[in-house]
Amino acid sequence: MIYRDEINQSINKYHQYSDKSIQNSELCRSTEENLDQCLVGLVGIFHPVTLVVLDILDVEFSDDQFSDLCFEFGLELDEVTTEKQMITNEQGAEQSAGASEDIVYRIEIPANRYDLLCLEGLVLGLLVFQGKLSPPRYKAVTPEKGSVQKLIVTPATKLIRPYAVAAVLRNITFNQDSYKSFIDLQDKLHQNICRKRSLVAIGTHDLDTVVGPFTYDAKPPSDIKFQALNQDKEYTATELMDLYSTHAQLKQYLHIIKDSPVYPIIYDKNGVVLSMPPIINGNHSRITLNTRNVFIECTALDLTKAKIVLDTLICMFSQYCIDKYTAECCEVLLPDGTVTRYPELAYREEVVNIQKTNTYIGISEPADKIAKLLTKMCLKSEVANSEDQVIVEVPPSRHDVIHACDIYEDVAVSYGYNNIKKTIPKTATIGAQFPLNKLSDQLREQIAQAGFTEVLTFSLCSRDDIATKLGRNINDIPAVHISNPKTLEFQVARTTLVPGLLKTLAANKKMPLPMKLFEVSDVVIRDETAEVGARNERRGCALNCNRTPGFEIIHGLLDRLMQLLEIPRSSNKDMTGYYLQAVDDPAYFPQRCAEVVANGQVIGIMGVLHPDVIMKFELTHPVACLEINIEPFV
Amino acid sequence: MSSDLSEKILEYVDQLGSVDTLDLAKHMQVDHQKVVGIVKSLQAAGDLITVEQQVSKRWELTDEGKTVVDKGSHEFLVYSAIPAEGIAQSAIMQAIPNARVGFSKAMSSGWITVTKNAGEPIVARKVDDIKDTVRDHLQLILAKSPDEVTDEQKQEYKKRKLLQEVVTKSFLLGKGKNFATSVEKPETELTQEMIASGSWKEKNFKPYNLDSLGISPERGHLHTLLKVRDQFRQIFLEMGFSEMPTNNFVESSFWNFDALFQPQQHPARDAHDTFFISEPKLSTKFPSDYLERVRRVHSEGGYGSQGYGYEWKIKEAQKNLLRTHTTAVSARMLYQLAQKEFHPAKYFSIDRVFRNETLDATHLAEFYQVEGLIVDHNLTLGDLIGTLYEFFKKLGISQLNFKPAYNPYTEPSMEIFCYHTGLHKWIEVGNSGVFRPEMLLPMGLPEDVNVIAWGLSLERPTMIKYGLNNIRDLVGPRVNIQMVHDNPICRLEK
Repeated sequence: MIYRDEINQSINKYHQYSDKSIQNSELCRSTEENLDQCLVGLVGIFHPVTLVVLDILDVEFSDDQFSDLCFEFGLELDEVTTEKQMITNEQGAEQSAGASEDIVYRIEIPANRYDLLCLEGLVLGLLVFQGKLSPPRYKAVTPEKGSVQKLIVTPATKLIRPYAVAAVLRNITFNQDSYKSFIDLQDKLHQNICRKRSLVAIGTHDLDTVVGPFTYDAKPPSDIKFQALNQDKEYTATELMDLYSTHAQLKQYLHIIKDSPVYPIIYDKNGVVLSMPPIINGNHSRITLNTRNVFIECTALDLTKAKIVLDTLICMFSQYCIDKYTAECCEVLLPDGTVTRYPELAYREEVVNIQKTNTYIGISEPADKIAKLLTKMCLKSEVANSEDQVIVEVPPSRHDVIHACDIYEDVAVSYGYNNIKKTIPKTATIGAQFPLNKLSDQLREQIAQAGFTEVLTFSLCSRDDIATKLGRNINDIPAVHISNPKTLEFQVARTTLVPGLLKTLAANKKMPLPMKLFEVSDVVIRDETAEVGARNERRGCALNCNRTPGFEIIHGLLDRLMQLLEIPRSSNKDMTGYYLQAVDDPAYFPQRCAEVVANGQVIGIMGVLHPDVIMKFELTHPVACLEINIEPFV
Repeated sequence: MSSDLSEKILEYVDQLGSVDTLDLAKHMQVDHQKVVGIVKSLQAAGDLITVEQQVSKRWELTDEGKTVVDKGSHEFLVYSAIPAEGIAQSAIMQAIPNARVGFSKAMSSGWITVTKNAGEPIVARKVDDIKDTVRDHLQLILAKSPDEVTDEQKQEYKKRKLLQEVVTKSFLLGKGKNFATSVEKPETELTQEMIASGSWKEKNFKPYNLDSLGISPERGHLHTLLKVRDQFRQIFLEMGFSEMPTNNFVESSFWNFDALFQPQQHPARDAHDTFFISEPKLSTKFPSDYLERVRRVHSEGGYGSQGYGYEWKIKEAQKNLLRTHTTAVSARMLYQLAQKEFHPAKYFSIDRVFRNETLDATHLAEFYQVEGLIVDHNLTLGDLIGTLYEFFKKLGISQLNFKPAYNPYTEPSMEIFCYHTGLHKWIEVGNSGVFRPEMLLPMGLPEDVNVIAWGLSLERPTMIKYGLNNIRDLVGPRVNIQMVHDNPICRLEK
């Protein structure tokens, strides 16, 4: 099972809306470096968050204590380092001169916890977890009538990116760190939930530089002209796409709109361009450290995700507003006339049954205790009147909670996984082997006892391996083809075990002769009658390599296998028993090749490999080879 | 003939108590090498005789040395050939053999002198009387009194190729523990004839050399990783699990992702991570009402879930791929289970899965996934933890730690860490969790039925167990067959 989390590819060092100085001080490391778990097939993919946390948490921690706290909370403390050290590791010592030597904690965050992606959210989460703070209450307020900001969506956006949401952070005060964190969070959301801006793109603007109402439109690129962020003059959208085609970061987003006849574009009342989502913002409305009022717009293909992104930004950064944890509503006017107010900042009530919760986890806690455990996880809860229920308020910062089972998990995390009593399920079942695997293992044992050594080769290979190198044309082979291989070695699923064994021979030329190798494993064959259009077939393959081919040795193995499978030799070549039948096959030497027929069915082939095959696999000695389908014998 | 000689030698030893082979050879008038050969065979016959190697060195004159003894040294000859009035150097050089050596030695001994007369060098005697020490010394050596010549002088003559040092190896023989004057050749092996005739009772047998290695048995071998797989299968079977039919590498996105409530925009469904199939590109056969329930739970929710709130597309679900986990098969098994009257089950599988990874020392595009799951009424997270302790105990691991984690189809999810007593640290060994209701309920499983499951890779524990750093040393065509030959039996609990 398991093993993939929402993956965030590399965390990009650039942000659409960031200025140069911020890019340079970004510290996030590519998550790909954290993928070593893949090895286990257990991919926990996380966003690294850099954290200068000690003073914020207001307590003296040892590194170990902090690591334990994180572990309990479900986070992994990746390393304790310094900014200087991190830059040195990534860019070399010469780049790190002058960087801070303050201690930095690097923490990995589960990919669905958008609320922990920035320092603000993480610290809040930990403080609430420790019981030092109660969960904040987020709210959206409507300004006086007439002064609400409006975003008008035109019908043309349907052609490219139909959804938009917006909100205002009023009277905010950034400092260097929070400003950087604001930019950083947008970048992480872009990489993760926004799927590299394809699903959602965020634009943040200095509201005081523009005048509403705003219009979200879609126009032909040649009709769009503005001064983009960090550019010193105006370009048309066509020119910008050209300009950015070599841009280290932006080029990866161009494909999202490149071939569309119209590009998304947001204007203010006076025709000033705020942004051209999902590529770039306008320079005019750029935010700075001194920005006091932030206009946030998100354009999207997926409205749910746009709302999550907007809520997350508001929840994390409204704490810097004069009116803490509060955002100002914007109205989004759709072409059909509907008006929707954002941000939703919706609180949802889930009522969970205490007995069900306890049973799910395997604990027996009273209702009030469970309410407390949940409140620690930022899910404010109270015991319902009926006493056997807890009413849980899911805040807009916890969009990951979509079912009661998410609440059960938070109870379990809060209780501590390692405090849960170990029990053995009473499930009484009788074990059984999959018959094909059982037969395979019995045959493997026997073939090894017959003096052959087992090899283990890849199921994927190149087209040449199964075709050209065996004297065949790939078009004649019912192979399963892979559409997106990264290298030639993964073009097709193997249709025969022979190439893998020959490659193993080639890599082991220093072993003494004779070499006797075998493999019992699956090949994959295209088959229209199969549910997915292809099926596995379990094969047994063995070869002998020596100064002479040793056809008789391979033949002896076949006879032995048939004896073990109680298939008699058929002297009159009829429907019972097995026999050999001469055949021509391009992979085998003429007159040295035979089909194996068992109970009237061709189950495989054996013979002396053709010298061309030997040469193509970079071998020097003759090889006799046998490959049969073992499935008829299950 | 040689047995005659052996007995002769033994007689000598019997008479003399101890004797050198060189003396024996002279005495018996046999070549020394031959005597040595016989001694070796006597030695092999048990403790008949004791044999002690002797090394002796002696000085012998070379042919040139012998000439010196006969005629005098080269310098003597040069000196002697010079008349009282002197002689032209060229004349003397022609007249005397080895005159060049003789001349320079006579010069350095101060016997002669060279003067120039009208440009031609003339040699004359410098002293009236000389003593030919070289010849005297060589005569002493020839007369077996080499000790009267100093080592320094001998070395000097050796350098002049007048002398050579000869090393002779011989053996000093004595009586052994089982000394006898006749040899009975010891037998090397017990034979069928000896048993039949009873002759083994009278025979001596040559002892075995127990310090040598035996002959390596003729054999085949099972592959290292698959021996570990056998052990894992055994563990699951001991615990009452049934093996799932995982012999289907090609899977539809529907069973691999959608059935597991993994949303269609999930990054794992990206071509960067998953091998998609161009031929056969799409699957078309799905259970249609189940498909509809899956669509609904993704896009609209239901079964107590909010859903993901996006437009679910059949096209995305149809895409064929190489399965990224065997959980695709688990989903099929659970679906089948839900189609009949419910009964609890325990399933396991160990088979290949595929990831479109960038390859390195620890990552391959395909690896073996070990997966276990239990489906029953009201299973708890505590049941999962308890089961995992039992499972890992069978792998020789008793200290576990569980960390909250995230996975789209399990909730709660736990990463499994174990304490590695060799490495003295906690290492991640697997993932586990309780399958989400959004996955189970659309299949039609009863509401109180839970599924607890866990998974790990087969390669990683194997690499840790055998101390391998590169996965290519374990899997694939480049594996060293010698490693497979030498690999011990797999006992995970040890």
